[in-house]
Amino acid sequence: MSQTAFETTAYSRRRARMSQAFSVLCLAATSLGVLVLILLIWEILWQGLPWLNARLLTSFPSMYPEKAGIAAALVSSLWLITLTALFSVPIGVGAAVYLEEYAQASRWRSLVQLNIANLAGVPSIVYGILGLGLFVRALALQRSILAGSLTLTLVVLPIVILAAQESLRAVPNSIRQASFALGATRWQTVWHQVLPAATPGIMTGVILAISRAMGEAAPLVAMGAAATFITFIPLSPIDEFSALPVQIYDWASRPQPEYHHVAAAAIVVLLTVLILLNATAVYVRYRYGKRIRW
Amino acid sequence: MMQETTIDRPIMPLRPTSFPRERPSRTADDLAGRPPKISVDHLNFYYGPKQALSDVTLMIPQHCVTALIGPSGCGKSTFLRCLNRMNDMIDNTRVEGEIILDGRSILGPKVDVVALRKRVGMVFQKSNPFPKSVFENVAYGPRVAGVRGKSVLYEIVEKSLVRAALWDEVKDRLNDSALQLSGGQQQRLCIARALATNPDVLLMDEPASALDPASTSRIEDLIFELRDRYTIVIVTHNMQQAARVSDQTAFFYQGELIEAGSTNELFTNPARKQTEDYITGRFG
Amino acid sequence: MSNSVIDVAPHGRFGIEGQAVRPRRWGEQVIGVALFGCALVSILTTVGIVIVLVAEAAQFFREVSIWEFLTGTEWSPKLENKFGILPLLCGTLLVMAGAAVIALPIGLLSAIYLSEYASSSVREVVKPVLEVLAGIPSVVFGYLAIVTISPLVRTIFPSAGVFNAASASIVVGFMVLPMVVSLSEDILRAVPRSLREAAYALGATKLDVTVKVVVPAAISGIVAAFLLALSRAIGETMAVALAAGNRPTLTINPLDEVQTMTAYIVQVSQGDTPAGTLEYRTIFAVGLALFVTTMFLNVLAQWFVARVREKYE
Ligand SMILES: Nc1ncnc2c1ncn2[C@@H]1O[C@H](COP(=O)(O)OP(=O)(O)OP(=O)(O)O)[C@@H](O)[C@H]1O
Ligand SMILES: [Mg+2]
Repeated sequence: MSQTAFETTAYSRRRARMSQAFSVLCLAATSLGVLVLILLIWEILWQGLPWLNARLLTSFPSMYPEKAGIAAALVSSLWLITLTALFSVPIGVGAAVYLEEYAQASRWRSLVQLNIANLAGVPSIVYGILGLGLFVRALALQRSILAGSLTLTLVVLPIVILAAQESLRAVPNSIRQASFALGATRWQTVWHQVLPAATPGIMTGVILAISRAMGEAAPLVAMGAAATFITFIPLSPIDEFSALPVQIYDWASRPQPEYHHVAAAAIVVLLTVLILLNATAVYVRYRYGKRIRW
Repeated sequence: MMQETTIDRPIMPLRPTSFPRERPSRTADDLAGRPPKISVDHLNFYYGPKQALSDVTLMIPQHCVTALIGPSGCGKSTFLRCLNRMNDMIDNTRVEGEIILDGRSILGPKVDVVALRKRVGMVFQKSNPFPKSVFENVAYGPRVAGVRGKSVLYEIVEKSLVRAALWDEVKDRLNDSALQLSGGQQQRLCIARALATNPDVLLMDEPASALDPASTSRIEDLIFELRDRYTIVIVTHNMQQAARVSDQTAFFYQGELIEAGSTNELFTNPARKQTEDYITGRFG
Repeated sequence: MSNSVIDVAPHGRFGIEGQAVRPRRWGEQVIGVALFGCALVSILTTVGIVIVLVAEAAQFFREVSIWEFLTGTEWSPKLENKFGILPLLCGTLLVMAGAAVIALPIGLLSAIYLSEYASSSVREVVKPVLEVLAGIPSVVFGYLAIVTISPLVRTIFPSAGVFNAASASIVVGFMVLPMVVSLSEDILRAVPRSLREAAYALGATKLDVTVKVVVPAAISGIVAAFLLALSRAIGETMAVALAAGNRPTLTINPLDEVQTMTAYIVQVSQGDTPAGTLEYRTIFAVGLALFVTTMFLNVLAQWFVARVREKYE
């Protein structure tokens, strides 16, 4: 053999080329996701921005696309996410605290944990069916904002619980030990030390959950709760309601292209609210996250 | 955890007491004459199936410093955590035997562990201040015990910080985050925090092992000063430190208490071969 | 010695009259029970889902045999009283399969790129983009499907209808893509460095290392990620209801209009069907089928996740 082992051969060059090609393939795949997002946002702005005006925000649904607006839907959605947050945060954080700080390692705890993981994978429309059977019919709440937000609470509860658990787990054990060693009770330890330290993470999870609740249409449609022709502003939790994503669904499903424009304009509003929510999450994480460094 | 037994051992076989001692130990007679603050009787401790302490019997006299020494994993921390029931926090543990504090058993389900921990303070190996202000750290214990009122709390905080020899360094920065203090200051803060609940026993698990020599020596001075007011139990890997600060020393090996006695005696004239091997660094 | 101030924190509750008795801390106990109650809500949710679905579905199956439901090839509850779920199931699986064709390979390749090739600055751009993509509501994708994707599909395949499974598949594929990427990337990153280095030391190229070492080592986790994505695709509702259409069809042609289980539930719910009728109960029967299918995939995924855990712990 005249070659030394360090020289490139045709074979090794081909292998290197294939490796190169593969990396380009991977890059292309990754870019696709980014491209789709850009396409989506561009389409929506293109279609929706010309129709986005004050009338859209202040009018009710209408037979005529140029008169249709999202006043009722937007107010309903704000009602829904407020109540959903009010219900899901205490219950979700409570469950997480129970699992992380109170329950001993046991079969019961693994069961609850497994159950939560499964609930996170249940399609949201199934929660809608539960809401229909339980809140709308059995508890006779009718198609009220209350029934809607209770349903959404069940949808987002696993998200809140899992996020809160993760933040609780990130709190170092030494803090708990220090607190217990000073004669604090379990709840004092949780309330004064563990929860404050976990708050930024919990807040991020909560905002994620609220964003999800804001965008969910399926459970509301399934529970029959979202009437499309709500031509009033819902003022109390027992009022009937619409919801922004449900309104968008209705408009998008119509054949007239004008309605598609109204739908796009409403989507711009929906996405704006979502961006605001997430910006809050980023701010919270930045503001309170950097203060504590273990 | 991963510490080798060799790390903190004296480099040369030597009798640490041959160093000049500026703080006199209590003598064996003095120790014997004192009432026991804590007496541990035939203590067994299990982590699940694994036995970590077997048949430990030890008297801890009042207003003395008791040092626990022994190779890594021999059960020193476990023993210490039995004394304020911190082991309750760990799932699947079991304890047998008896621990008496001031004439009363502290084991058993009926004991109020919360009240117990107010009387038996603890300082950990790694300083663990709360991510709050210096003031809030020290005030936390009294607060959770129900003490209200800023001025009362302030007095407790000041007094505790003075006793922990930290007051002069932090009196102008009580509202700064405790995490900004240096490692040595943080550890003294943790001591102050433990003192603020007015305990009569202070448990210290390698309180100086993460500190530089200067901070270590400050902590040792502090321990000596606190001796007259508190009963102190300290775990250390550092034989010289045990010799310097303690009145009584207990040597643990593989979950058993091999030997305990006055520090002077144990270091100059150990009764057991294992003890001698360990303190002279000829171990294993 | 004035010890009085420090003694404000008293020894009070410990050992009154020589007895070390635990005081009853009512507040603590109430809180403990309340927290337990919170955790119980999650169990009750599952129980609630099962009871509601099974109770109404049982009523349904009193009038329609389970056999007919599972094997019937026509679904026309309103007009012809035909209750064969196969067309709905077929529509669901068709959309799912299409979504899988998009999401699984692209997702895995992206995950490989992010974990093996990308610099941290690229990752810092791509990961938030994927998070945003994951956070976009289903209806928005549905809108994109009918307004943009469907016309595109019809330009390429003139035989396609306005509503077709393909456009639904495409958007659902991109909806579940972020999930595939982030789950798979986590798994790939968990593969120990030493394994990669061992392969490099033997003269392997990056392609060899990735395909022959890293991916095989992470395969259980990747399968779990795929299964979860399939489950998500099956449960996907609004986008599919908008794009795939509302005609239950037993077909494997992605250009046909189909109806998925979820879309059917939406259709009936919108129609203001009176409670207690057979049509109303179809919601629960189809819901039960949907629940069982997704639950099966989720449990299977968790089984694979458990296998990963065993390996690394
Ligand atoms: N939480 C636990 N669960 C199970 N076993 C434990 C636990 N903590 C300690 N052990 C075991 O109990 C034994 C005694 O541990 P301990 O921490 O008391 O040793 P130590 O003497 O303090 O060691 P070191 O000097 O390294 O701190 C060791 O074998 C250890 O592995
Ligand atoms: Mg230890």
